[in-house]
Amino acid sequence: MARARWAYLDRVLNRTGPFTDPDWVPGEAPLESLLRAKILVIGAGGLGCEILKNLALSGFTDIHVIDMDTIDVSNLNRQFLFRQADVGKPKAEVAARFVEKRVRGVRITPHCCKIQDMDEDYYMKFSMVICGLDSIEARRWINATLVGMVDADDPDSLKPLVDGGTEGFKGQARVVLPTMTSCIECQLDMHAPRAAVPLCTLATIPRQPQHCIEWAQIIAWEEERKDDVLDTDDPEHVSWLYSKALERANEFNIPGVTYSMTQGVVKNIIPAIASTNAIIAASCCNEAFKICTSSNPFLGTPESTNYMMFSGDDSIYTYTFEHLKKDDCPVCGNLARPLEVNPEITLREFIESLAERPEAQLKKPTLRSEAKSLYYQSPPQLEEQTRPNLDKKLSELVSNGEEVAVSDPAFQIDFKFKLVFKS
Amino acid sequence: MMKIWSMQQAETAAAGQKKKKVTAAQLRVQKDLSELSLGSTMRTHFPNPDDILNFTLTIEPDEGFYKGGTFNFNFSINQNFPHDPPKVKCTQKIYHPNIDMEGNVCLNILREDWKPVLNLNAVIVGLQFLFLEPNASDPLNKEAAEVLKSNRETFKRNVRTSMAGGHFLGENFHRVLK
Ligand SMILES: [Zn+2]
Repeated sequence: MARARWAYLDRVLNRTGPFTDPDWVPGEAPLESLLRAKILVIGAGGLGCEILKNLALSGFTDIHVIDMDTIDVSNLNRQFLFRQADVGKPKAEVAARFVEKRVRGVRITPHCCKIQDMDEDYYMKFSMVICGLDSIEARRWINATLVGMVDADDPDSLKPLVDGGTEGFKGQARVVLPTMTSCIECQLDMHAPRAAVPLCTLATIPRQPQHCIEWAQIIAWEEERKDDVLDTDDPEHVSWLYSKALERANEFNIPGVTYSMTQGVVKNIIPAIASTNAIIAASCCNEAFKICTSSNPFLGTPESTNYMMFSGDDSIYTYTFEHLKKDDCPVCGNLARPLEVNPEITLREFIESLAERPEAQLKKPTLRSEAKSLYYQSPPQLEEQTRPNLDKKLSELVSNGEEVAVSDPAFQIDFKFKLVFKS
Repeated sequence: MMKIWSMQQAETAAAGQKKKKVTAAQLRVQKDLSELSLGSTMRTHFPNPDDILNFTLTIEPDEGFYKGGTFNFNFSINQNFPHDPPKVKCTQKIYHPNIDMEGNVCLNILREDWKPVLNLNAVIVGLQFLFLEPNASDPLNKEAAEVLKSNRETFKRNVRTSMAGGHFLGENFHRVLK
């Protein structure tokens, strides 16, 4: 392939710089890693459009993108890969086609689905995951998945996670090396909770148009349409909320309720500023490039900084620091250990055996699998409901290889065991 | 890092990879349940014991305006717990200044003051407190709050009448007395 287009990029790969690791060899090898890297981008919205464009322009050639959303007319101001004619089409697909057309040689595979629809085999194919999401729940899910995939005997199972996020003029870029450095769950307190208005304010003395909309969503919907599940993507539902909110706003003489404001409030749309997205996405993609090629030190190297916060609210402020791994993190604090068990023993016998294990010595363990409450010491009613399980065989309660989480009041952290049946 | 994924793609063997893992929300709820102190006035009910994210809490106040009543609250917790607070609703129609006819509850830590460091115990203590000290300054039922503010004796009588159930003050209240 002609690399004239990449002349400037190749200068970074073909020679050492003042900060490159002394062991690093410039030339073929880093270029090879860049061309071979398979990158997963989660989200094709404001950040995602920027990330896809940047990755393609940084020389990555094999990119997948997942986004379950379709293009809304309100996206067009900043999600620059979309045009008026694309409204209603899947974001992932339109974004992929656009970038492929503009940057020769890049392949982008779109998936219009939820990240939860893909399994570990799918995520295992990638070198790295880059998130441009506005949902904390989705971030927590992919983080837990990537942490859970790490196999100590297989270095390829460790997938760096680069995460970008913005809210108005603020944003952050961070890198997680699952199980090695502080994870998204360790950093959960970095997300400010959604500012909420007291329910009684909504119910009795609304002061702002947003209060009327929230009232329609929380109180009016429940009173009048309890049996319908509110779907904030359904225009009929949003219109209904809009008209209810408008009635209430008129009653209290509050101006300003509009359909698009209603949509914004009920879908919890965070105000997005195109330039903040550009700054954060650029930072994420630079880190991805450096991680992949080792050409320069990157954010997230163990025992160095892993979190860059950016604030443009009051002039410009950035701060890069090391967020420490939490020993009691429910995701990365204690990884599931394989434990050989005889599937014919009862749960009671299994619990007794846990009390004898030197690392645990659990006195009052509570146990569950994802699907089943195996045994709960409290509250009393749950204890009673799960007690019959004590006399069941393990093989009746869990399947071979299933993960069981054990907590005990004597320990801050949970223990996770992957039960491997002895044949 | 380069060494890590030098050449071939990762192998994707290993049995049981598709097995679902206990989620962070489940783990946290499991921990919170083990720290729950229900005392003699509260109890829980799990319609499906395998699903610890959905349960009912019953409160039977042993003092105050609502003594002798049995009040049920549905707890529904999503996978984003503890970032998101639990959703709590009273399943009965009751006369209370901080609970509306749909069962919505005005308790600060269920909404504006929720923080991930708070646990389920903090929520149930808050609910219990609403029955001991109904709060006229955060009304969801404005009429009840007005009465509580202006005349505690009338409020007390209204509570007792509503607790017996039946049509009263234009509403059909649930009978919550034993
Ligand atoms: Zn962690």
